Amino acid sequence: MTVSLPPQSEQHTPSLQPTGWLRYFSFSVDHKVIGLQYLVCGFLFYLIGGALAGAIRTELASPMSDFMPRDVYNQVLTLHGTVMIFLWIVPVVNGAFGNYLIPFYVGARDMAYPRLNAVAFWLIPPAGLLLISSYFITGAAQSGWTAYPPLSITTPASGQMIWILSVLLLGGSSIFGGINFIATVLKLRRPGLKLMQLPMYCWAMLGTSILVVLSTPVLAGTLILLSFDIVAHTGFFNPGLGGNVVVYQHLFWFYSHPAVYIMVLPAFGLVSEILPVHCRKPLFGYATMVYSIMAIVVLGLVVWAHHMFTSGTPPWMRLFFTIATAFIAVPTGIKFFNWLATLWGGRISLNSAVLFSCGFIVNFVLGGITGVALAQVPFDVHVHDTYFVVAHFHYIVYGGTVFVIFASIYHWYPKVTGRMLNEPIGRLHFLLTFIGFNLCFAPQHWLGLNGMPRRVAEYDPQFAFINQISSVGALLMAISTLPFLWNVVASAFNGEIAGDNPWKALTPEWLTSSPPPVENWVGEAPLVEEPYGYGVPIDQIDLKATSGRDLWSSGK
Amino acid sequence: MILVLGGLWIGQNINLLPVDASANAPVYDELFRVLFSIGTILFVGIVGLVVFSLVRFRRKPDQLGDGLAIEGNLPLEVFWTAVPAIVVLFVGLYSYDIYDRMGGMTPLNHGMDHGGMQHSAADHKAMEGMDESDAMAGRVWGGIGNGSAISTSAENAVAAVPIEVTAMQFAFLFRYPQGDFISGELHVPAGQPVSLRMEAKDVIHAFWVPEFRLKQDVIPGQPTVLNFTPTRPGTYPIVCAELCGPYHGGMRSSVVVEEPETYQAWFNANNKLNVADA
Ligand code: HEM
Ligand SMILES: [Cu+2]
Ligand SMILES: [Cu+2]
Repeated sequence: MTVSLPPQSEQHTPSLQPTGWLRYFSFSVDHKVIGLQYLVCGFLFYLIGGALAGAIRTELASPMSDFMPRDVYNQVLTLHGTVMIFLWIVPVVNGAFGNYLIPFYVGARDMAYPRLNAVAFWLIPPAGLLLISSYFITGAAQSGWTAYPPLSITTPASGQMIWILSVLLLGGSSIFGGINFIATVLKLRRPGLKLMQLPMYCWAMLGTSILVVLSTPVLAGTLILLSFDIVAHTGFFNPGLGGNVVVYQHLFWFYSHPAVYIMVLPAFGLVSEILPVHCRKPLFGYATMVYSIMAIVVLGLVVWAHHMFTSGTPPWMRLFFTIATAFIAVPTGIKFFNWLATLWGGRISLNSAVLFSCGFIVNFVLGGITGVALAQVPFDVHVHDTYFVVAHFHYIVYGGTVFVIFASIYHWYPKVTGRMLNEPIGRLHFLLTFIGFNLCFAPQHWLGLNGMPRRVAEYDPQFAFINQISSVGALLMAISTLPFLWNVVASAFNGEIAGDNPWKALTPEWLTSSPPPVENWVGEAPLVEEPYGYGVPIDQIDLKATSGRDLWSSGK
Repeated sequence: MILVLGGLWIGQNINLLPVDASANAPVYDELFRVLFSIGTILFVGIVGLVVFSLVRFRRKPDQLGDGLAIEGNLPLEVFWTAVPAIVVLFVGLYSYDIYDRMGGMTPLNHGMDHGGMQHSAADHKAMEGMDESDAMAGRVWGGIGNGSAISTSAENAVAAVPIEVTAMQFAFLFRYPQGDFISGELHVPAGQPVSLRMEAKDVIHAFWVPEFRLKQDVIPGQPTVLNFTPTRPGTYPIVCAELCGPYHGGMRSSVVVEEPETYQAWFNANNKLNVADA
């Protein structure tokens, strides 16, 4: 889709790098090229992951295991989770938007380590292909994206080993990216730009990258131990050799709970960029937004055992992790109230970017509420490992993060290509996605509460009808990508010309041409001290132009 | 106001759960209703605000100017930090209380006298120190209730029915040590505490009875316990809830809750010890 960009203006300047469309297939060190490489590559994997989801929902349309063999079902399930997390969400919200936007936001011409950046990206396609090819070569891993031993030790070793290898490569890529973001935000700021003047996405990426750098190495270590258990028959996690299977779960979730924030904090940042522009209002509560990101980072590191309430955990641990988990809702809530206050009293353009952002707010709030409920041990004891949990995290990961990815594509497409996306098709895309998503996942709450466990290929026939509703929702979601794909491809050729700053935004990426030149700005980088300086101060409101209700509403 | 009342009404009157069939299920349902009410209030409130803002503050064709330049409002921000904090604290304490009533906070390894290991309850202080090494074989690693077959004084000293659960790919086996026989179906007497001691042979499984609102992983190498008191006679599904291999979805069994007399008859019919003793 982005391969078909209109020719760039920088072609007069001699360059060692390939120019034109070829650079998107090269080892480019331009952060904008790398960002788009992440985005397009991630999207291709999203289509693969989506096809796998389609296979899962087809199997579940009937209570019998009749669409594919049971072990293939488990492979599909494992691939779906791994692809969606490690090849779509994480690379796109971090790698794609982070690379494209962060240098602009800090006023730099590129990331701190451009070459490391390119290496980080180029680890992804081979790792992804390796993972997918394992299905065709030896059969993919069958133990879910969590790969709990002893199941992961006893299922066919080759598939599991390839899974470990590719997750290690992807983890490496993510660590390289994280280091680069931290260095860029802290060290490459343009002189005169203070930390508390940065756009919120920089803070979100700083927090995320801290989590990446602290927790991903733990996952890497754990998976290496697991691979020793598989190939060298060591006994770290093998109860037959005196190992302890629950230790693996602790180590795994020490990474994987922070990982859920690695998937959602950048989305929080992106929404904070999108809403003020289209509401023509400053971002409400900048400082509390920053503090709540940091609070989420700290708390996010000490809640992992809420995934293990029914494992072999002693009572005191269950209590501690309940309280810690529930408290994450406080900083998260602050962010949501701040967005609501940003909407309040604005002049909101109801375009696709805003619709997807508001869809995100609605979906995430539901996912957050079920999250707080799941944090309560007695509640979780009933619904752990059921479709209730499946519903919870899809509300967060899809309803939250994927909605934000779409919002961001609608928002930044004009910058990247110089052309606008088609609005009516965009709204149709939103409508189909929103309805399809809720139809697919809302009923799963009920399934979980009433006795359907997750990761099953066959189930009690009493649940057939609700599962069919869910499958119809999934079909709708699949259909909803068609108008999107059409829109993105067609608009690249004959979309309306956008101009440099179609949204009249103030953040630095808009203060240059669309698409931007290789060096980001011709001449010096602009110093943006108030990235959210929209709006009319209350005392300057033209009284004649506003109604009494406007004044009343500003009193909130 | 309407929102709060509506939320409470929905929380109290919409039932999303299956029937309750154990002593802790009504307690669980109480917690569920509280969480459901709070959740409904919050969700409807926020969705209402979003929709209201989108309609009320949308840009009308003739409006060219910006919105209001409100950058923050300290009292408001303090308010929406404090209120959720209080709510989650309340919910946390409340669910702690619920969990305690379910027996979840009972120390796991006090007074173990299971599986032939005789320890007097009096020296459990000493035992705590030895947990790691000496008592390894009898140690309980997790679960709800303690590993003891005899309920402690607090529970009017009714003897709990001890049952040993073994999970394997892809079935549950229930051994009744008092009768030395094995059954593929779990039979329990209504109104009497039951103590399951569970261990897996191969991979991790989980024992879940939706109608009891109880679940506990069954782990190889780490025995766990699950104590409960069934209340409502009937047959309910036992579901494996932890991915354990290709036939995970088919790994099911049932629990039959019977009137004590029926249970006793079933037990006597299967009892091997009696036959041998007589
Ligand atoms: C309000 C904040 C949140 C709370 C309190 C919360 C709580 C929980 C709890 C307690 C579980 C474990 C449920 C179980 O397995 O029994 C869980 C599962 C999960 N959550 Fe959340 N969560 C929150 C937000 C998030 C976010 C932001 C994400 C991701 C972006 C997320 C993704 C997940 C995933 C992927 C799982 C399932 C993991 C698995 O078993 O495969 N959650 N959540
Ligand atoms: Cu978590
Ligand atoms: Cu199973």
